[in-house]
Amino acid sequence: MFGEIESLLTVLTFVPTLGALVIAYLRFTTRAENQDITDRNSRAVALWTTLITFGISCLMLWEFDPSVSGFQMIHEVTWLEQIGLGYRMGVDGISVLFVMLTTFLMPICILASGAIKKRVADYMIAFLLLETLMIGVFTALDLVLFYIFFEGGLIPMFIIIGVWGGQNRVYAAFKFFLYTLFGSVLMLVAMIYMFLDAGTTNIITLLDHPFDIDVQTWLWLAFFASFAVKMPMWPVHTWLPDAHVQAPTAGSVILAGVLLKMGGYGFLRFSLPMFPNASDYFAPLVFGLSIIAIIYTSLVAFRQTDIKKLIAYSSVAHMGFVTMGLFAMNDVGVQGAIFQMISHGFISGALFLCVGVIYDRMHTREIAFYGGLVHRMPVYAALFALFTMANVGLPGTSGFVGEIMTMVGAYQVSWWIATGAAAGVILSAMYMLTVYRNVVFGEMTNPKLETITDVDGRESAMLGILAIATLVLGVSSTLITDITAASVDNLISNYQAALEAAAAQ
Amino acid sequence: MTADLLSQEFSLLLPEVLLAGGAMVLLMLGVFMEGERATRLVYTLSIAALVGAALLALFGTGGEGMAFGGAFVFDPLAKFSKVAIVLVAALTLILALPYLDKEKLLKIEYPILAILAATGMGMMVSANDLISMYMGIELQSLALYVLAAFNRDSLRASEAGLKYFVLGALSSGLLLYGSSLIYGFTGATGFEEIAQAVAAGPSVGLTFGLVFVICGLAFKVSAAPFHMWTPDVYEGAPTPVTAFFATAPKFAAIVLLARILVEPFGGMIDQWRDVVWMIAALSMGIGAFGALTQTNIKRLLAYSSISNMGYALVAIASGTNTGLWALLVFMSLYMVGVVGAFGAVLSMRTKEGMVENISDLAGLAQRNPGLSWSITALMFSIGGLPFMVGFFGKFFVIYSAVDAGLIYLSILAVLFSVVSAAYYLRIVKVMWFDSSDVEFVPSSMSVYWVTRAAGLATVLLLPALGWLVHRAFSVGLATL
Repeated sequence: MFGEIESLLTVLTFVPTLGALVIAYLRFTTRAENQDITDRNSRAVALWTTLITFGISCLMLWEFDPSVSGFQMIHEVTWLEQIGLGYRMGVDGISVLFVMLTTFLMPICILASGAIKKRVADYMIAFLLLETLMIGVFTALDLVLFYIFFEGGLIPMFIIIGVWGGQNRVYAAFKFFLYTLFGSVLMLVAMIYMFLDAGTTNIITLLDHPFDIDVQTWLWLAFFASFAVKMPMWPVHTWLPDAHVQAPTAGSVILAGVLLKMGGYGFLRFSLPMFPNASDYFAPLVFGLSIIAIIYTSLVAFRQTDIKKLIAYSSVAHMGFVTMGLFAMNDVGVQGAIFQMISHGFISGALFLCVGVIYDRMHTREIAFYGGLVHRMPVYAALFALFTMANVGLPGTSGFVGEIMTMVGAYQVSWWIATGAAAGVILSAMYMLTVYRNVVFGEMTNPKLETITDVDGRESAMLGILAIATLVLGVSSTLITDITAASVDNLISNYQAALEAAAAQ
Repeated sequence: MTADLLSQEFSLLLPEVLLAGGAMVLLMLGVFMEGERATRLVYTLSIAALVGAALLALFGTGGEGMAFGGAFVFDPLAKFSKVAIVLVAALTLILALPYLDKEKLLKIEYPILAILAATGMGMMVSANDLISMYMGIELQSLALYVLAAFNRDSLRASEAGLKYFVLGALSSGLLLYGSSLIYGFTGATGFEEIAQAVAAGPSVGLTFGLVFVICGLAFKVSAAPFHMWTPDVYEGAPTPVTAFFATAPKFAAIVLLARILVEPFGGMIDQWRDVVWMIAALSMGIGAFGALTQTNIKRLLAYSSISNMGYALVAIASGTNTGLWALLVFMSLYMVGVVGAFGAVLSMRTKEGMVENISDLAGLAQRNPGLSWSITALMFSIGGLPFMVGFFGKFFVIYSAVDAGLIYLSILAVLFSVVSAAYYLRIVKVMWFDSSDVEFVPSSMSVYWVTRAAGLATVLLLPALGWLVHRAFSVGLATL
């Protein structure tokens, strides 16, 4: 019914910017004594904007035809046509879910920002701009446009970590920014090379453009530098624990929920389809790094004393499953990787929110500080238990589906890769259950905890929605795989064809 | 030469004639009319003259062509650069007025010297002969030497002026020596004749001459290793003068360098490319690392300009018409950022007077959100980070370098851009993350609007980028 709206994706991408402009207007026209009214208004505007954006994205999903493997709802505007750059937006079965994930998590993030008391308007502006940039990453169909959205997201996130973060926020913000920028600039050079080689930055055209096999290696490495940092893969993951620990709760949710997925999305959109031969050549490297990430960072997570840092390391381990599944390059592996990314978006987001709940009350994230919370916070304990289990990969939760699918995919390549990953599952149970026991169970020995209150309506709403999402996806995984199937099939068949063509030469 | 032909040639010079004539008239006006009102009138008329020159360059010259036996050329490259130069000069004059007023430096000589410098820059970008090139450079430089020391009661400003003069004279000497070598080995001063001689086969002497000319011009654009004067002069000179130094003269000198390398010496690209490559890499590196530890924002901007000139030289090193239009787009977008950044520096005034330390910006985001959002956008734009327009400047520069096969140089360029991102981020960090209670007094209307407009332009220019690229593109095609 809305098929005639070609610019749906553009509207979707830029509605948050409009919201940001409204808040900016409020911000710049208020007098100092009306500050708290502006704060309240900007919260409301931000919440409504993100809800409307989510509504538009549901419309997009409604319009989306999962049986088509190519791009849909393409919107093109001529821009810099002189040299072949253009403004192009579109989604396929791979990107549409990431857009949904972003728009779904954003209202929750705005709700989770209740503890932010200073400079609320600036905070909301930064978040809404970030939403535009995140949606843009997943909908851009032009290399340069993609790069702009991909890198532009660093700026609001830098400010979010730096202004509203914890004690060591300046260090974390700089590390986050420079680390990811360093990874990405090499990709920029590679993109320019591709642009010159193919004469266009149109991603649809580039997907069919055969790059020379020797050149592919270099281009693949340049893209890998960017996506591996973003993902993050071992050993370039060290920015993540710092950024996560220092970021405000909502910042951590977005970081774990969406920003990390940009790396996986990048592999799916660029590395695998555009450089199939190089991807095949480097697959063992990726497998190796993935297994190291799964096992090593799980062990590191086990030794953490800070809950947020523990979850951050667990994110790195779970992203290891994603890269493993992606480079297995078979149907179940790639589908599983996408599933794992979506599911991890919910679970890790929820875990960070759980940490946020107790942090807002006690202002510490030390595991040793807590204990026996179940006596005072039964609802919280139940929700936290659910997400802990989901993170471990208990059957019935979405975490299980993603892990099992990626492991099945990896098993088809080599049994030892799957074995390594399976060891990671055990390790994840080890650290998650330990932290859960130490925080929630046992005697409440710390007298400061005696006044702690259970989750309020707002918090239980946020966590409840995520709990439902986790359980629904855990039971009916076809909700996701049906949407991705056609595009993934297409990706894999093109990939195999490219490999066969190269082998035949 | 018939009168008709003369008038036709004369019309090509109309922008320069307006500026030079305007400077004389305004000088008279200022001297005979005395008083503050006269000074303000001279200011207003100077800005009007610069805008008029831009309009004349756009519409008034009656087409393109050469004048004075090929010594002066008005081609698309000259036209584009002239419009950019006089407009940015006008903007810096607008920025200067309130500062000069408050610092008791409001004298008629300031705008007149600026106009004379702009005339020289117009000559530089139109130079098609070694002699007219040198004339343009000297006209520009002499006016700038005086401007640097404009605050003659200030020890630092005088030092800056002297330093600039001595080093500028040295670079002019190098340039002249190079020119004489070129003349000696080709027997010509005109660029066309030199091009023919180069095509016939380059000689060692010619290469020597060219290297001297490159060094001389590298001084003018403050490219490493000839950058030593820049931080001191930027810091010492009155801020509006620094703003002027950082914009129009850079544009003129870099276009002149591009023209010399591409037009008469296009045939010797194998000889000069390595030199330009080295200068570009050094500038980017020294600019990036040098700025990291600066505490004075003017010094920081000096290093930032060194590193940005490095990027401009990357575009020149590619030596193609892609490089040329990339250079023009890059420089134009860079100018937007720099004008805004200096507008921001001029807004840094407390009750006690101007402040210049980066730490004085602490907590600005809370007290003055408009200014701090503008500075944030401007810093990211100068640093070439997406999604500000400055990114596209750097993007096209690297595009041209990859196009010309300079992969290593482009990798160096992007890596140095990460280093320089660190210090642009530091300014943002100070404004947003730190807190202090230094209060700035409200800036004057003109500074306020120029800074805000430049800040907004870093984002709002994105849709108009197509137009800019289109203009620069046609210049690139027409020049090579």
